[in-house]
Amino acid sequence: METNGHEHVIEVTDLRRVYGGGFEAVRGISFSVRRGEIFALLGTNGAGKTSTVELLEGLAPPADGRVRILGHDPYTERAAVRPRTGVMLQEGGFPSELTVAETARMWAGCVSGARPPAEVLALVGLESKAGIRVKQLSGGQRRRLDLALALLGDPEVLFLDEPSTGLDAEGRHHTWELVSALRDGGTTVLLTTHYLEEAEQLADRLAIMHEGRIAATGTPAEVTAAEPSRISFELPDGYFVGDLPPLGELGVAGHETDGRIVRLRTHELQRTATGLLLWADRARVELRRLDVRSASLEEAFLQIAKDVSAERATTTKEFAA
Amino acid sequence: MSALPTTPRPAATTALSRMTALARAELTLLGRTRGALVAALFVPLVLPVSASQAAKEMDLAKAGLDTGTFVLPAAIGFSLLFAVYSVLVGTFVVRREELVLKRLRTGELRDAEILSGAALPAVLTGLAQSLLLAAGCSVLLDVAAPSAPHYAVLGLLLGLVMCAALAAATASVTRTGESAQVTPMPLLMVSMVGSGMFVPLELLPDKVASVCELLPLTPVITLVRGGWTGDLPVSDALGALVVAVAWIAVAVFAVRRRFHWEPRR
Repeated sequence: METNGHEHVIEVTDLRRVYGGGFEAVRGISFSVRRGEIFALLGTNGAGKTSTVELLEGLAPPADGRVRILGHDPYTERAAVRPRTGVMLQEGGFPSELTVAETARMWAGCVSGARPPAEVLALVGLESKAGIRVKQLSGGQRRRLDLALALLGDPEVLFLDEPSTGLDAEGRHHTWELVSALRDGGTTVLLTTHYLEEAEQLADRLAIMHEGRIAATGTPAEVTAAEPSRISFELPDGYFVGDLPPLGELGVAGHETDGRIVRLRTHELQRTATGLLLWADRARVELRRLDVRSASLEEAFLQIAKDVSAERATTTKEFAA
Repeated sequence: MSALPTTPRPAATTALSRMTALARAELTLLGRTRGALVAALFVPLVLPVSASQAAKEMDLAKAGLDTGTFVLPAAIGFSLLFAVYSVLVGTFVVRREELVLKRLRTGELRDAEILSGAALPAVLTGLAQSLLLAAGCSVLLDVAAPSAPHYAVLGLLLGLVMCAALAAATASVTRTGESAQVTPMPLLMVSMVGSGMFVPLELLPDKVASVCELLPLTPVITLVRGGWTGDLPVSDALGALVVAVAWIAVAVFAVRRRFHWEPRR
C-alpha cells in the first residue's frame, strides 16, 4: 500500500469488464490514486469511463483484474468499503415523488456518521429547495442533490461520474471549488468527465481513456508535454515549401500541406516560431492566417482519438489483406 | 476545513436503522402513488363481498365450512395478493427504472436490506388489513374466535413473507413499469381460482385439488382457515408449512440469481 510514503487509496490492476452480450467495455487498465489526490478519467462517450467507475464503486465484479479501494475489494468486501466512500452516479436515482429534504433524510439514515442533511444541502446551494419534489428540480439541481448525498458521510474516497454534466457555468465553477476544497481537506477524488477544461482545472493526475484502454496518463502538464505544439500559416504567393529554411534546423518534427496552408509540428515552439518569423521578416513576406499554439490537453485528447482509430484502421486493413 | 465544518456524528448505521430509513421513504411514496394506494387499500376490502356472494351458491357444508370461515381466509388472501404482492412488483420495478435501486446499492445497504426495506410498508399494510378484515368478518359474518390461532398467525406471516419474495421474483422477469401491470396477473388468477379463495379445494375433483395444494398461496389459506375452524390435522398443517417454505426458498433463490438492479438498455 505504501509507496514513497504516499498511501495508494485506489489501486487498479489489469482491469477488464465484459458485458453480457460479449462487449468488452474495459480492456485491461491499471492505475493508482494516492490519498488526497484528484484523479480524472477523461474520454469520449463510450470510452469506458462509467464502466470502469462502476467496478471501482463495487457495483459489479470485474471480468478480470483487480480493484482495491482502501485496501479492500469493493465488490466482495462491500461492508468494509461502503462506509468510507461516497458515490455520485452519472444519473440521479432518486424517487421522483419525494421532496429534496425527504430524499436527503432517507439517505442520511443509510450513511454511517451522516452529517445533518440540511448542512450538505446548504453546501451545494439547495437549502431553499428542501420542500420541492425531486421531479420538479432542473437537471443541474439534481446533479447538486446527488453531490450533496455523496458528501453526507464525509467520505474518504469520492467517486464522481460526470459531476458537472447539465450544470451551467456558475454551477460548474461552484462544483469545482467544492471538489478542490474537499481534496485540500484530504478527500481522495476519482471523477470522470468529457470536459477537458474540468480535467485541466481540477485533476492532479488524469488518464485519457479510449475504447476501453488508457491511451495516456500523467499530470495534465505531462500528458500535454508529450504532444507537439502547432504552427500553421498560408504560404506567401510565389513561394513553395522548399523556399522555407530547412525545417529540421527550425526544430520541426513534422509538417503537412493542405493547398496553400502549411502545418508544422514541433516540440520546440519558441525556436521554430522564431526561425520562421525571422525568415519571413528577411524575405519581407506576410504569413497570412498565422496560428501558433502550444500543446493543450484538447490537442492531446484529439490526437489520441485519431491515433488509436488510425491504428485500428491499419490493423483492419492488414487483416483484410 | 472551510467546506466541511465538523459536527458531532451519530453512530454507525445498523441493518435495522438503514431499513427503517428506507421503509419510511417508501411509506411516504406509497401514500403519494394513487394506483398503488387504491390497490393496497380498497381492492382487498371490496373483493370479499363478491366472494361471499359466490359462497351462497356453493355447498360449503360439504367442505366443513360456513360463509364466515370461507370468506375470512379468502379476504386475507386478497389482501396478500393485491396489497402486498402486486403493489410490490410495481414498487420494485419502478424503483429499478428510476435507478433508485442502483443508487441504494452504492451505499451501505446490503441487497437483502434494500428489498426488505422497500417491501416493509406494503407488508405492514397487508398485515394491518388482514387484522382489520379478520375483525370485520368476525363481526359481520358471525365468525367465532379462532380455535387454533397459532395456525392463523403462522399462515399470515408465511403469506406476508412469501408475497414479498414472490413480488421480487416477479420483478426479476418484468422489464418496465407498464409490464408490471401485467406480470402479476398469472399468480393472481391462479391463486384466486386454485388456492381455495373462490372455491374450497374440497369441492374440486381430488386430482385437481392435490395439484392445487402445491400452489403458493394454498398453504396460507389452508393454515388461516384451519386457525379459525380448528379442524386442521397436524400432518396437513406440516404439509402446508413445507409447501410455503419451499415457495419462499424458490423465490429467494430466483431473486439471488436473476434480480436486475438496473434497467436493461
